[in-house]
Amino acid sequence: MVLKMSDTINMVAYDREGNEYKIEAPTDMNLNVMEVMKGSGMDVKATCGGMALCSTCHIYIISDHQPEGPGEDEEDMLDQAFDVEDNSRLGCQLKIDSSLDGLVVKLAPQGS
Amino acid sequence: MIQTDILIIGAGPTGLFAVFEAGLLRLKCHLIDSLPQPGGQLTEIYPKKPIYDIPGYPDVLAGDLVDNLLKQIAPFKPEFTLGERAETIERDNDDQFVVTTNKGTVHRAPVVAIAGGLGSFEPRKPPISNIAEFEDKGVTYMVRNPEEFRGSKVVIAGGGDSALDWTIYLADVASEVTLVHRREGFRAALDSVEKVRELNRRGKVKLLTSSQVIGLSGNGKLSSVVVNHKKMGGTEIDADYFIPLFGLIPKLGPIGDWGLEIEDNAIKVDTFDYSTNVPGIYAIGDINTYPGKLKLILCGFHEATLMCQSAYKRIHPDKKVSFKYTTVTGIDGFKDE
Repeated sequence: MVLKMSDTINMVAYDREGNEYKIEAPTDMNLNVMEVMKGSGMDVKATCGGMALCSTCHIYIISDHQPEGPGEDEEDMLDQAFDVEDNSRLGCQLKIDSSLDGLVVKLAPQGS
Repeated sequence: MIQTDILIIGAGPTGLFAVFEAGLLRLKCHLIDSLPQPGGQLTEIYPKKPIYDIPGYPDVLAGDLVDNLLKQIAPFKPEFTLGERAETIERDNDDQFVVTTNKGTVHRAPVVAIAGGLGSFEPRKPPISNIAEFEDKGVTYMVRNPEEFRGSKVVIAGGGDSALDWTIYLADVASEVTLVHRREGFRAALDSVEKVRELNRRGKVKLLTSSQVIGLSGNGKLSSVVVNHKKMGGTEIDADYFIPLFGLIPKLGPIGDWGLEIEDNAIKVDTFDYSTNVPGIYAIGDINTYPGKLKLILCGFHEATLMCQSAYKRIHPDKKVSFKYTTVTGIDGFKDE
């Protein structure tokens, strides 16, 4: 019997030191970019667990992807982040779906 | 000195519920929390968000859950040391723990339960390379005594309520107030935003939006900050004080140095009773780790319950715990002393 593989996308994430993480993420598990980065062992605190309430998953989108948003909650929370640029997003607000295939992101500086 | 049976560090939901379970066993609790109010993350981060996995509540707002817990534990008269961070722990000659806060308040108990969640909430510090050099020499992360700023040039950064509230307050105190914010809009309450814009029109406050502070300079004491505008680039402005107000972020803090076994920023425990490697110190809720750990409030409640049974045996080694259902016994609260 051949098990049907779930649909996946490939993305690349860079940590703050510039290390590259190649990530394969399923699109049918209701995951977000923060979760798959954390799950790949990257240093994402994700203090609030994905509620757009802490800004510790602040990332820059380097590829040409322009996911919908950021919404009001996300903008408000980005106010607590540092070095916010036009391509800044909260990873937890980016749902993994087929439109994000080929996504390239970088973790933003954390502050201390 | 404050003496109690179980000293609970962290007044989030797990710490609060531990008071109830301890109370059923006639054990008194005292809680320490670095935040000024009980509730931990629920109160500080998401009071208006619904929680759906508290048994018996199809949904409950985080803030309401905290209010209910406070009501539930009220008969057991918990006492609080709020706005102070547990800093050091020592064991005295009577095998009791002595915990001292950053403000010098001393607590003593035979059992310590760490229910510290993700750690103590501390101000978020901007990633400006030399910021540490200027801490308490012009850079301050909170306003304790506004008079300190009288007649000074103050730069405030941030877009939330505290940034705007202090901008408004200090407009009448400081000689010059500049508010720096990364975008045009503010998340703070509408009337404070309107007030700041009005003060700006009247020339009482300088407003630099789409900007951020990227550099600090001074000789031993802050004298200027570099503000970078998204399009126009950097300008240097004179500043005696820089107050970055970017909210709070939890850090494990001093607990990390208490000789407890730590793994991935969490305290390792034995799931038999959530004891740590130091007899008499327990860790419950989000701050602990064990195989299969889930950071859920409902798991914290369970952990608190089993911890109290073990704490009782430690405090009363000669007595047997008689397990009773609250439905049978009701709640027999503590009398005022």
